[in-house]
Amino acid sequence: MHFHHPTTLADATQAVAEGATPLAGGTDLMVEVNFRHRRPEHVVGLRKVEELGAWEGNRIGAGVTWRRLEHGGPQALAEAARTVGSPQIRNAGTIGGNVVTASPAGDGLPFLVAVDAKVEVMSAEGGRLVPWDVFFVGVKKTTLAADELVTAIHLPESLPERQAFGKVGVRSAMVIATVGCVVTRTDDGKTTVGLGSVGPTPLRASRAEEMISSVTRPTESDLAEFQKMVSDEARPITDHRSTEEYRRHAVGVLARRLLERCLR
Amino acid sequence: MIVEFLLNGEPATARIVSPVSLLDVLRDQLELPGSKNACEQGECGSCSVVLDGEIVCSCLVMAADVGDSEVVTVEGIGGDGLTPVQRAMHHSGAVQCGFCTPGIVVVAADLFARNPNPTTLEIKEALAGNICRCTGYGAIIRSFEKLARETS
Ligand SMILES: Cc1cc2nc3c(=O)[nH]c(=O)nc-3n(C[C@H](O)[C@H](O)[C@H](O)COP(=O)(O)OP(=O)(O)OC[C@H]3O[C@@H](n4cnc5c(N)ncnc54)[C@H](O)[C@@H]3O)c2cc1C
Repeated sequence: MHFHHPTTLADATQAVAEGATPLAGGTDLMVEVNFRHRRPEHVVGLRKVEELGAWEGNRIGAGVTWRRLEHGGPQALAEAARTVGSPQIRNAGTIGGNVVTASPAGDGLPFLVAVDAKVEVMSAEGGRLVPWDVFFVGVKKTTLAADELVTAIHLPESLPERQAFGKVGVRSAMVIATVGCVVTRTDDGKTTVGLGSVGPTPLRASRAEEMISSVTRPTESDLAEFQKMVSDEARPITDHRSTEEYRRHAVGVLARRLLERCLR
Repeated sequence: MIVEFLLNGEPATARIVSPVSLLDVLRDQLELPGSKNACEQGECGSCSVVLDGEIVCSCLVMAADVGDSEVVTVEGIGGDGLTPVQRAMHHSGAVQCGFCTPGIVVVAADLFARNPNPTTLEIKEALAGNICRCTGYGAIIRSFEKLARETS
């Protein structure tokens, strides 16, 4: 067992260049280790890398925990953070770990796609900013290279005035989303919709967004149309958590309710 | 590799040869079996410890990662005699089979240290990551409601 304890980003990227597996809060990685799906013998612990814990304005360090996001994040991201696991999980789990795990059910992802976030990655050679739709490519698949770390999430300079997060699951605490959604709306009507757990990657419901953005005061029938369009744009599957049919239905209802919250 | 850290206020060392959890090292190497091993996936909270001031599941902490950190287990919570949290649970019959109890003691001690007068909702939220398979939540929550009233 070889374990690096860097306190600087330079030492951390050097360790991944040498082949070490990154470890942040461990809430995804250690489950795999405990169930013997993975056995990393060369690991770099990121917990004490100060740069990764930094959070300034619209740049959120990869090492920022759910606990911190819950208490100071942009509204819909804070709402999402509050639903992650339990206090124990929120104290340890990080936004960076959520993004790299890239589970379709990752609760941070609908917000990141709804606001067009970029993922800042860095290797010993240098860094780059990756748009979310280039970063996420499949179920638990990203374009992050083996010698790269995610160092931060970049949100746009100005965020929509109205935002809402929602998730449907079998209970209200400690639950992985059956469907997840973030709706944002600016004061002049521009609406975005980020969807989770209804496709291999987080998705945007672009046609529904376009339709509702052009309506200043949505009527009952606009809302119904919006709901249907979101359902149509989802690409859910049936798995151990739910069925394709239920997810398609639920994500439309959820998106509509979140939009209504934004319109209030 | 040798990992040195502060455990319940005392320097501790562990010999780590694989990516095992802190929970395993506490129980198997450091003779502290108070933290329980139940789910190994962070769902049940029976292995809760305080790591650098925050409650976490020790089953999800890689033991090699605690070098230079500070860990407090249920064994480090009490001093001589029962703590207020333990006394509250004892008096209210908030212990059934006892397996979840250490995790609950660790979490409740942290809760009352931060907020001596939590509301029922705050108590429930704090305990959201601790599962009691006996489903004895009613007595557990009542014991802390009582403690909150006493300390207010
Ligand atoms: C009981 C339980 C409940 C949960 N509930 C939820 C939930 O409700 N919603 C949800 O979204 N998730 C949930 N999760 C999953 C998990 O907590 C989150 O995905 C969390 O954000 C992972 O972050 P971490 O820091 O713990 O990642 P880690 O486990 O440390 O790492 C995850 C992966 O990312 C890599 N990695 C970590 N940081 C970096 C980095 N900076 N650069 C490159 N690679 C990196 C690691 O190598 C690993 O492959 C839950 C997990 C558990 C155990």
